[in-house]
Amino acid sequence: MADDRNFTLKIITPDRVFYEEQVSMVEFNTIEGEVGIYKDHIPMTMIIAPGILTITTGEEVSEAALHAGFAEVLPDKVTILAEIIEWPVEIDLARAEESKSRAEERIREHAPGTDMKRAELSLKRAVARIEAVNNK
Amino acid sequence: MASMRDIKRRKSSIQSTQQITKAMKLVSTVKLQRAKQRAEQSKAYFNCMYETVNSMLAKTGNLNHPYLKAGESSKKAVVVITSNRGLAGGYNSNIVKLITNGDFNKEDLVIYAVGKKGKDTLHRYGYHIAQDYSDIIEEPSYVDAMTISQALLDSFAAGEIGEIYLAYTGFKNTVVHEPKLLKLLPVEPVSGEKDTQETGSKAMMNFEPEDDEALDLIIPKYVTSLIYGGLVEAVASENGARMQAMDSATSNAEEMIDHLSLMYNRARQGSITQELTEIIAGANAIS
Repeated sequence: MADDRNFTLKIITPDRVFYEEQVSMVEFNTIEGEVGIYKDHIPMTMIIAPGILTITTGEEVSEAALHAGFAEVLPDKVTILAEIIEWPVEIDLARAEESKSRAEERIREHAPGTDMKRAELSLKRAVARIEAVNNK
Repeated sequence: MASMRDIKRRKSSIQSTQQITKAMKLVSTVKLQRAKQRAEQSKAYFNCMYETVNSMLAKTGNLNHPYLKAGESSKKAVVVITSNRGLAGGYNSNIVKLITNGDFNKEDLVIYAVGKKGKDTLHRYGYHIAQDYSDIIEEPSYVDAMTISQALLDSFAAGEIGEIYLAYTGFKNTVVHEPKLLKLLPVEPVSGEKDTQETGSKAMMNFEPEDDEALDLIIPKYVTSLIYGGLVEAVASENGARMQAMDSATSNAEEMIDHLSLMYNRARQGSITQELTEIIAGANAIS
């Protein structure tokens, strides 16, 4: 019974196949908001926003920080093409904190010539990283 | 006939050259293994990326999006991926030939060079080098590819360039590498009904956000991934080409050493014979 609700989740980065398992649910952030996907979702392509990726396999839940890319959702398969993705153990917390405060400062100062979009993105990434580590 | 000492000197010089080429071959073999592995690991990503973009374009058809049309400028940007070091056989010159012999107008081209060899040669031929990213070819990372594609897309959006190409050496297997010229932008929509049928399940694909916005976000990723793929494959090809070149250099040296050994032995025998003849002639003269 449980197997019927499972689908294949495949996460690919430019350097490796990050994850490939049968899972029951996957949640992540898209630029339109947070989504959770079960089996038999309608086919859809979504753009990913920085955030936490939560994978549920039966009873187990694992998390990773997902920063950029897009996801292709099919009824029995979800493929995430991730440009940057990390397991919490791979994250350097001190560095994430540092880049968070740096980005915050840049946004606060709002100096001319600052790429606000970039600063915001980097802040979002840092927050996602810190969250992923703290949730562990 | 050259003297024994000359031959000996020449032989030892070739021997030390051979040692160098042998060592270089070993180094590039190891590097090739690593580069090949990387190229294979990243293949999954590009195939998937390619399929997704194609299915998107097949579905959206004649969308009036800037990324799908040639820009107004007649300038064409070419990302030229070569190596920083020579001694790789025809690896670098094949890429340069691809550009000089292609049907490009020299004045229209703007070169984004990755790799010193290609940059220097094209510069000598009088091409306009806009940017030089030669440092990254040693250890290309995805972030590097992002930097390049960002620069390209910015100039494309600003109307400075109308088309973007990628010239790199494709890695088929260890011995076969082919120079390739790939059009990055504008993306050419896949036409024909066959494709729609093949991707039948994907033809129903929905997009979130809408098609236009999705294209805006996905095409840069597509360009980045193609550039990254080009970089990774080029590194594998470079090491493959160098390995082959060094292999043939080593065997050529071997041949020359064999030939020189023969000459040396002949000269040695000749000098012994001559000495003997002289002694016998001297002895005869006395008696």
